[in-house]
Amino acid sequence: MRHEHVISAKQFTRADIEAVLDRAADFAANQQDVADAHEGALLATAFFEPSTRTKMSFEAAIKRLGGDVIDMGPVEFSSVSKGETLADTLRVIEGYADAIVLRHPMEGSATMATEYVDVPLLNAGDGAGQHPTQTLLDLFTIREEVGLDDLTIGIMGDLKYGRTVHSLAQALTNFDTAQHFISPESLRLPRSVRYDLHEQGAKVREHEDFEAILSELDVLYVTRIQRERFPDEDEYKAVSGQYQLDKEMILEHNEDLTVLHPLPRVDEVAPGIDSLPGAKYFEQAHNGVPVRMALLDMLL
Amino acid sequence: MTEKETELRVSKIENGTVIDHVTAGEALRVLVILGIDGSEGQPVSVGMNVPSDRLGRKDVVKVEGMELSQEEVDVLSLLAPDATINIIRNYEVIEKSRVDRPESVVGVLTCPNTNCITNAGEPVETYFTVTDGGVQCRYCETIIREDITDHIEP
Ligand SMILES: [Zn+2]
Repeated sequence: MRHEHVISAKQFTRADIEAVLDRAADFAANQQDVADAHEGALLATAFFEPSTRTKMSFEAAIKRLGGDVIDMGPVEFSSVSKGETLADTLRVIEGYADAIVLRHPMEGSATMATEYVDVPLLNAGDGAGQHPTQTLLDLFTIREEVGLDDLTIGIMGDLKYGRTVHSLAQALTNFDTAQHFISPESLRLPRSVRYDLHEQGAKVREHEDFEAILSELDVLYVTRIQRERFPDEDEYKAVSGQYQLDKEMILEHNEDLTVLHPLPRVDEVAPGIDSLPGAKYFEQAHNGVPVRMALLDMLL
Repeated sequence: MTEKETELRVSKIENGTVIDHVTAGEALRVLVILGIDGSEGQPVSVGMNVPSDRLGRKDVVKVEGMELSQEEVDVLSLLAPDATINIIRNYEVIEKSRVDRPESVVGVLTCPNTNCITNAGEPVETYFTVTDGGVQCRYCETIIREDITDHIEP
């Protein structure tokens, strides 16, 4: 992989993705054998909004490679609360570490950050924009379970604001994949993503109802519909209730369906599904460690 | 009425620029983009909704004593993609060119996405890539298709 930074799923070619996933597969198989691969390496985590899981997963990855982590701490206690710009904050942190992981609530923050720092920067989510390391672990999980070519995937939920969705959809255009997008009208894919998919010649269909196409899918990737996207509680309940998957639906329409979810879930994937062989969302979460190990290994 | 006749309506200039084939109704915005408000005293004439063989109707802007920079031409191309630029010296057209759509527009437009990092007081200039149907923010990837000039930085 020739990249210095990991900012957007759009930057990856098929070869890049395969290189990361291959290495991740090695790490997944032999996590104990690489304990000194990056001894002494320091990873800085700069999280401008909380995401305990993503942060822990990066921490686990760098520690398993023999390195260590330094954390900016909560924004309330940092210079940011005194009005420092992100650009300045990162230029200071860059002097402390060999690579930076950035999570920031504004779109484009990671792209801007690369204009100011020279150490490798990994985007761990920029507002409603991109979340490429999540995408790589999603791809890793899909490849392990069903393979990435000749794949029919449904992506359901909040497609408008869901950054994991945007990154995943763009990355899947590198493979022979048919993508079905399932969402309420008000949460359809944004124009920019639709445009990119169109430019890439992706096979895309959109639906408001998911039960009808369940039987066609190899994988259903479910995301949470958030309360704050709706003007009131009633409308939220009415809409989100239409995008809940339960065990009976799977048994009726598609027993082999692989179900993924970036977690945390609320009630869009019923707990009854957990015992089905296709429920792979916990494996998916665990895969974050070897995938992030692979990325760090290639960047450091 | 032919184009030749309409030329006569707007007075000739000695040295300067004639921007012809501006999208009808956009002439005043062209002046805004070029920062021309008449306060510098140079003669400016504007023809609006002039009949045109090529466009049906068009606007024409003539500015005495001014030649456009490439950056100005780039921005102009966004709201007047059919415009032709005539450089006039001594009442003669010495250079005539069509505007070209630039590959990018830097520091000119404001991103309409309020959650874009370019709207956060950070030391970063806006940067839009010009695509077939509009422009796209390099930072947050928001696409502007309609009324691009509404987003010109004040
Ligand atoms: Zn933007």
